[in-house]
Amino acid sequence: MSFYIASSPHTRQRRTTARLMQLVIVALIPGILAQWYFFGWGVLLQLLLAITTAYVAESLCLHARERSSLSALRDNTALVTAMLLAVSIPPLAPWWVIVIGVAFSIIVVKHLYGGVGQNLFNPAMAGYVVLLISFPLQMSSWVAPVELTGQHLSLFESIHLMLFQYTSEGYSVEQMRMVASGTGLDAVAMATPLDHIRTDLSQGLTLSESLQAPLFSGLAGLGWQWVNLAYLLGGLFLLQQRVIQWHIPAALLASLALLAALGTLLAPDQLPGIDIHLFSGGTMLAAFFIATDPVSAATSNRGRLVYAALIGLIIYLIRSFGGYPDAIAFAVLLANMCVPIIDKYTRPTTYGHPRRKLQ
Amino acid sequence: MSSLVHQFSHEDLLRNRDDIAAGKLWQFPGGIHPPQRKELANKTAIRRLPPPPRLLIPFKQHIGQPGTVLVQEGDHVLKGQPLTAPGPNSGLPVHAPTSGRIKRIGEHPSAHPSALPVSTIELLSDGEDEWTEKHPIADYTALSSSELIALIAEAGIAGLGGAAFPTAQKLAADGQLDYLIINGVECEPYIVSDDRLMREHAAGIVRGIRILQHISGVKNVLIAIEDNKPEAIRAMQDACSGTESLAVRIVPTRYPSGGERQLIQLLTGREVPANGLPKDVGLLMQNVGTAYAVYRAIILGEPLLERVITLTGEALQQPGTVWAMLGTPVDTLLKQAGYVPYPNARVIMGGPMMGFTLPTLDVPIVKGSNCILAPAKRELPASTTEMACIRCGACADVCPASLLPQQLYWLARDHDHDGLREHHLADCIECGACAYVCPSEIPLVHYYRQAKADMREQYIEKQKAEIAKERFEARKARLEREKQERLERHERAAEARKRALAEREAKAAETAPASGTETTGEPSKPANDRVAAAIARAKAKKAEQQKAAQATENPEGQANAKPEAQTESSNSAEALKASPDDVSQTAPGSDPENDKKARIAAAVARAKAKKAAQQGSD
Ligand code: SF4
Ligand code: SF4
Repeated sequence: MSFYIASSPHTRQRRTTARLMQLVIVALIPGILAQWYFFGWGVLLQLLLAITTAYVAESLCLHARERSSLSALRDNTALVTAMLLAVSIPPLAPWWVIVIGVAFSIIVVKHLYGGVGQNLFNPAMAGYVVLLISFPLQMSSWVAPVELTGQHLSLFESIHLMLFQYTSEGYSVEQMRMVASGTGLDAVAMATPLDHIRTDLSQGLTLSESLQAPLFSGLAGLGWQWVNLAYLLGGLFLLQQRVIQWHIPAALLASLALLAALGTLLAPDQLPGIDIHLFSGGTMLAAFFIATDPVSAATSNRGRLVYAALIGLIIYLIRSFGGYPDAIAFAVLLANMCVPIIDKYTRPTTYGHPRRKLQ
Repeated sequence: MSSLVHQFSHEDLLRNRDDIAAGKLWQFPGGIHPPQRKELANKTAIRRLPPPPRLLIPFKQHIGQPGTVLVQEGDHVLKGQPLTAPGPNSGLPVHAPTSGRIKRIGEHPSAHPSALPVSTIELLSDGEDEWTEKHPIADYTALSSSELIALIAEAGIAGLGGAAFPTAQKLAADGQLDYLIINGVECEPYIVSDDRLMREHAAGIVRGIRILQHISGVKNVLIAIEDNKPEAIRAMQDACSGTESLAVRIVPTRYPSGGERQLIQLLTGREVPANGLPKDVGLLMQNVGTAYAVYRAIILGEPLLERVITLTGEALQQPGTVWAMLGTPVDTLLKQAGYVPYPNARVIMGGPMMGFTLPTLDVPIVKGSNCILAPAKRELPASTTEMACIRCGACADVCPASLLPQQLYWLARDHDHDGLREHHLADCIECGACAYVCPSEIPLVHYYRQAKADMREQYIEKQKAEIAKERFEARKARLEREKQERLERHERAAEARKRALAEREAKAAETAPASGTETTGEPSKPANDRVAAAIARAKAKKAEQQKAAQATENPEGQANAKPEAQTESSNSAEALKASPDDVSQTAPGSDPENDKKARIAAAVARAKAKKAAQQGSD
């Protein structure tokens, strides 16, 4: 009789990478729904495009690298990358923006570095930065939240816009933006809250004056606060499911909040406060979904605390003093670069070895 | 206790002792909570089976040297009669577990991942189970420590927690100890041997502990039991009541809290230094089963003949625990438990976390075995496809040794041995927690074992190469020297001839008649030298040839050839474990071995390293 020979352990927790990624996708749903509610069909269309591109790019790469494409596709990591990028870009950006971004993320950032687990940089954020640098105009035309517009562009008009960059009546996103700001009519496109504050501050307005804008009738920008709350909800679900550990989100939010509080103390009229920093832009998405990407984060828990606090710091610095309104992508990439050093200095002390003292 | 001084300042040490006495529990990092599945086998009392018709008794069932065989094929032996005499270096004897006839002495597959054949005595039981004379000790306190240690060695007791390290050797180690820890944690899923033993034989265990206490002179004893064994805890508490120095410590259920180093950290907050032993931090650990075996050896005069084995898994119709005679073949036991075989089944010796699969069932239970696990087809998820590491860090979160398993994995894949040493691969206890949680289903422990074996092999290769080089250099030097000497001799001879010639000529010049007798004297000396050197060379060559012949003869069929290979490699595995950071501290393998032998050695090293890692107590 022949026996099955295997190496110990002979039992495993049934929690595969694919399953983990599924949970991440589930956790993204509340945020996606909120984005859809506030910013219209665009986000769903972007997701569709992104996922399709991801599958095609992943299959091509795996084929080229002569790996079985099925088993690797099943791990769902490409799917998560695509979704994170899709929810990060302006909902009505032209179709080729997301296609280029996702293709770059998967082909260059992930596979040219050697595939899952080998990439130095967070693929979604690297893709985002490439898009931001290559297509600054398309990447900054965000959509106005539904509270200001009253109703969304129809699905048909959204598709039309994404395909041809004009609505069926012949308006471009930019034109609509100008029309909106000029006449106070319903607008489709406008700046994000963080963008808005930056522009106002650069024009000599104080923060409180800037916050008078209708965009800020809520806590941290109409629509945005709810989107952030929805991502927070998803993030808490991930924590509860133990898909992610608390270290990264906690350290990121804590460092950002601390700096924001300090900023408010020092220059209350120049620097946005905690509420804006935590609940506007992509803060929650970054804290729970982007910075927690295991591949490009630090490895030990102590290292992760440092890593995430660093992201919080960079986000704050760029938002406050840098040239870009939001800074998640840059912050994450910069922190990715520091990972080897962080890992080196936060290596846990092996049992039975003398504790390393800090010099 | 030298390391204690390094780890703690004097006041800290005092405080640490107070904390331990107060019952404080510390934490060890990591750990996992796999499904326990203990209920499968812990419901029924330990069964006693009739002597099996056939027993397979390997010479060596412990870590150390094998003994020399005392019996011959065809001999009739009595139960408890020693079959081997302890070898040098604190080897242990094995005894006849029942009465019967020696059928065969030779190689037989062993309880080992590759079923490597080892020297084994095959005993056919006569069914009488007739005892040889026992020598119970009425009052052990009348004996000295060394006398008791000798008795324990004579009884063949090795750590029954899995590592099978000779108990006597552990007890004999000197050093000042402040706690004796009795390990009844049994953290590995499925296994309930110690659980049942504590429930049913608490009194005997406590008497064994008292003897251990007497021998080692340790005042305080901590008995550690996981909180998932309430009955065992109660039984032990009852048995300990009234004895001040014994304290039962209930530890939370978490794998691998029963690992020697983890349990020490848990109970005392101390860390055994890398390359060190528990005694370096003032501690001695023994397994509950070992304590019970000591009680039987001293008080009842019975050597170690049997042990409790858990037979469990859903492929068994009557799972439970049994007293299995050492040497009982696994298939005999499985039959007793109603094993339902199925194609491509898995039979695991040990538990699901650290056990190994058996390629054949015709292998014996030995001193270090504690469980046979026969899972049903879908019971334990077999690993499926290994996927790429996503660096999620789950493995690092659960590693009880605070290693970075994913880093070790990358390094092992790259065969980066320096990196592996730098990341303390040798401190990996192969507990499998990392592989258990890995979402990419990477068989991490398998990589580590392979890397350890590779490093070991490479080290042996290096040693061999160095020895060869030394020999070569020595030979070159000798040839050089001989050449030099030859030259000198020739020069001397030539000079002598010249001198003689000159003298002769001078004489001839002085006196016409030439005597010439003197001339042969001087040159004849070098000639003598030459003969002597030739004889010496021939002798040396012969000696070398003999040595070589011995070396090549050895691996063929001789009864004690394999054990040698095995001891060496198991020693090396031990050494590898013991001196983790620097493999080059160990220095065996001086004899030239052929490739096959090296491979076998490596295989055993792998297995032994794993087993040694199972140091749950003992
Ligand atoms: S658990 Fe597995 S996938 Fe995660 S870091 Fe460790 S080895 Fe890689
Ligand atoms: S097997 Fe080794 S590396 Fe893995 S968790 Fe156990 S000690 Fe750590």
